Amino acid sequence: MNSICKAIKISDNVYWVGAVDWTVRDFHGYQTGRGTTYNAYLIMADKITLVDTVKAPFKDELLSRISSVVDPGKIDYVISNHSEMDHSGCLPEMIEIVKPEKVFASVMGQKALESHFGIGSRITPVKNGENLSLGNMNISFIETRMLHWPDSMFSYLKEEQILFSQDAFGMHLAVDKMFDDQNSREIIEEEAEKYFANILMPYSNLIVKLLESVRAMHLPVKIVATDHGPLWRSNIGKIMDLYREWSEHKPVSRAVIVYDTMWNSTAIMAKAVGEGLMESGVEYKILRMGASHRSDVATEVLKSGAIIAGSPTLNNNLFPTIADVLTYIKGLRPINMIGASFGSYGWSGESAAQLNDYLKSMNVEMIGEGVKVKYVPTEADLKSCLELGKLVGTTLLAKIKQ
Amino acid sequence: MDKYVCDACGWIYDPAKGDTEHGIAPGTSFEDLPDDWVCPECGVGKDSFSKVE
Repeated sequence: MNSICKAIKISDNVYWVGAVDWTVRDFHGYQTGRGTTYNAYLIMADKITLVDTVKAPFKDELLSRISSVVDPGKIDYVISNHSEMDHSGCLPEMIEIVKPEKVFASVMGQKALESHFGIGSRITPVKNGENLSLGNMNISFIETRMLHWPDSMFSYLKEEQILFSQDAFGMHLAVDKMFDDQNSREIIEEEAEKYFANILMPYSNLIVKLLESVRAMHLPVKIVATDHGPLWRSNIGKIMDLYREWSEHKPVSRAVIVYDTMWNSTAIMAKAVGEGLMESGVEYKILRMGASHRSDVATEVLKSGAIIAGSPTLNNNLFPTIADVLTYIKGLRPINMIGASFGSYGWSGESAAQLNDYLKSMNVEMIGEGVKVKYVPTEADLKSCLELGKLVGTTLLAKIKQ
Repeated sequence: MDKYVCDACGWIYDPAKGDTEHGIAPGTSFEDLPDDWVCPECGVGKDSFSKVE
């Protein structure tokens, strides 16, 4: 590929040299309808430094972009901010090609890279607060363990005020223009929210702490150079505020109803629950599994204060698509939610209790025991569903007032 | 002695077992763990642990 793909200058001495993945549609269970990018950066300091690499199949694109600025063999340092393979995938190959003086990663990163590729001995581990001189410029490392992996860290380039934040503040969005102000504001905020919901939600309490400690450092930041999607430069305060809002997850007047159905009964019940929410004055969205992806349900959970789950009973258990999405959402550990359950069944009807138990195990505050209906809901059954929706709605509104 | 759970990754510190791989003898209470001790699974600090009720 040589240098057909060019680097994009992002500041006086820093270039974006990553890869754009226009076609990826599944990212370990997260549906990436708009593709993604794997961002890597070249710092043209006295010690020429590469920050992160790209997913293995995109190595040639990375090399091409680097070559448009400098011979890759001249790279002195490589920094691995995150060991996950979308960023470390071609790190072993790049080390062989570039033969850097040193490769830096966090202490946990050295362990992870050893487990992934057996290259632990090539890594110089760095600690939180440590500084690295690049000659005429300086990098300081900020560990961000479990945001979202044990190895995760930020690198801050002092002279250009760039925070290399790997996955934090990122989004899955393939773009040709690398800055936030060059893209649709609506789309980038939507994708950033989806990314938070699917990747960072479980670590909300750690994010609150991190935002505090970074604020306390008083680092002037001109650019947040993420590892996925466009970089932030036009209104960095906004994405920081959104991250705080998303990680606090205060109750809001919105509910998500997620269900599946075998013969349409649970579907009609879902509609009735929605009508009840509307009567109580709470906004709602209904997602049928099969027609919806779990990663979109995750986004709706982040936007909501209540989750109401509906499932038929199939062979004594939850309908499989519901088991799928509940497993996924449970792993994301949403906080401050209330919820309820509903569903139609034929004879054994285990799903009702299973839904209640599952939501309780997710620390959802359950409202009532739910509504379960044999075969086809009567008018009275649908009234019960409506009343359930209304009860969840009024409880949610009362919670918001507290 | 109380067990403690890592809020980030769910690993449980059991005082009866300690964390011998990192020099913590069995029978060491969570409170007595050094300030710089971290979760052996995911690396977060003591301040991200909660008592198991």
